[in-house]
Amino acid sequence: MKKYHLLLFFILLQIACKKEPLALSQIKGKRIAVSNKIKSNKVIDSFIKPFKEKIDKSMGKILSYASKNMHKKDGELESTVGNLMADIVHQQAQPIFHKRTGKSIDFTLLNYGGIRSGISKGPVTTRTAFELMPFENSIVVVELTAKKVNQLITYLAKGKKAHPISHLTIELDKDYNLKKARINGKKINKNRTYFVATNDYLQHGGDRMNFFSNPVSLHVLDYKIRNALLDSFQKIDTLPAILDNRFIRSKN
Amino acid sequence: MKRRTFIQNSLATSAFVTLGGLSLQSFGASKKKITILHTNDVHSHIDPYPATDRRNANQGGVSRRATLISKFRNENPHTLLLDAGDIFQGTPYFNYYGGELEFKLMSMLDYDLATIGNHDFDNGIDGLFKQLPHAKFEFVSANYDFKNTVMDTHVKPYKTFVKNGIKIGVFGLGIKLEGLVDKRMYKETKYHDPIETAQDMSRILREDEHCDLVICLSHIGYFYKKNPSKVSDLILARKTKGIDLIIGGHTHTFLKKPTIEKNSVGENVLVNQVGAYGLYLGKIDFYFDSAKNVSANGSSIIV
Repeated sequence: MKKYHLLLFFILLQIACKKEPLALSQIKGKRIAVSNKIKSNKVIDSFIKPFKEKIDKSMGKILSYASKNMHKKDGELESTVGNLMADIVHQQAQPIFHKRTGKSIDFTLLNYGGIRSGISKGPVTTRTAFELMPFENSIVVVELTAKKVNQLITYLAKGKKAHPISHLTIELDKDYNLKKARINGKKINKNRTYFVATNDYLQHGGDRMNFFSNPVSLHVLDYKIRNALLDSFQKIDTLPAILDNRFIRSKN
Repeated sequence: MKRRTFIQNSLATSAFVTLGGLSLQSFGASKKKITILHTNDVHSHIDPYPATDRRNANQGGVSRRATLISKFRNENPHTLLLDAGDIFQGTPYFNYYGGELEFKLMSMLDYDLATIGNHDFDNGIDGLFKQLPHAKFEFVSANYDFKNTVMDTHVKPYKTFVKNGIKIGVFGLGIKLEGLVDKRMYKETKYHDPIETAQDMSRILREDEHCDLVICLSHIGYFYKKNPSKVSDLILARKTKGIDLIIGGHTHTFLKKPTIEKNSVGENVLVNQVGAYGLYLGKIDFYFDSAKNVSANGSSIIV
């Protein structure tokens, strides 16, 4: 009899302890702004401090000045910051390329995704260049056939993106069909090749710019885009913030 | 069939909503709460933005994020902290220290898991591998095959956690690298279709691992307006089943609140992404109750 009591006890215990199956009853989701109203954490701050001090020392140097805020969405198919970057790459690469080859760069193409920040009005520092171009990519000059140049222009027309260009102008109709393309003000001559400055990421097929693959010739300048920006900032008193219709779409 | 209803609250602060005349406010002992905190595309933004910044002046910063995270962990110790990739690249911290500080700080904040974004390859796959000793958290990616790379065995397809008796499975998804990342950087990393992979993962996590909650940590992007057929989190949510939550990244999409999508069998999936640069922290609370109560009262989503 005692045995049965014990058995009953265990059965009851098992029933009592049996895990009741659970199901999802409610989900609540939101985002929390990491705002300046939230206190900082002292342990984290002191851990960051030595890393930060080393960087701040080299980043704070004032190189130039921005007279207005510039960002990559301040035009439709061009932007002030994109124009600045493409113009700087073109200008800075030109003398190096000319000295090495005796030739001239015809035009420059970078990519929209490669513009990593805007430029705020005020002093332009080393940090500005690092934020604009944090990548370690370098300038390359690619010699392209006229056929590949036409592919490049088709890519830009179809891309609907403000990829930065310099010394190249493109006009599209309202449906993004090509109306006119000029390199240094001239029509594309199908009997010659063109020297295009870009970066090694794009030359290797980045952003599917496949027209840069297997070029007629390739010239690696060993000159980082960021260093070109830094060298240029040091020379310019106020950064030009221009939209000059180099890449436009008609409204009608 | 489980009855699921949802309420989209238009108010910024979610007010309490009752369903079917029954108050859900009183949670008994059988009720459990799991909190998921998440970030994405922090891009080496360790310091708050400077006061001079044109858009985000004085916002963000790892230190303040640490304060928020400990507050939420105090409120609910059954919390997971996840990151959806692109930890690297964007400030001189990465140029100078190669990601060391990012990983060390995430370890101090006690991140549980991260997935790999395209920019995490920016110093090459060797550059990522080199920083692994600084990360106390693990990485998941189910559609990147690292077999013929240095990362082999260092990235798992998924990881499971048990919090408060609830089993949570988290798997990772990465974006197509070809055309986006220089091949010299990702080397022999192979990319597989995210949808097929996700379907396999949710089956494994539901059926073999018996997870109560399945989360996808994705870096494939929220949605591509100009290329709507390109695989994205919204497409993933619609074409799969068995996933409760997709935490996304890559497109730097600042969602004011999570998106509710219907999956391939008509169940709700939550998709969330908190923009970029550590400006926001995402917080999703999952409440569990006895199956009996849930089938009687229904379930709700408040966003």
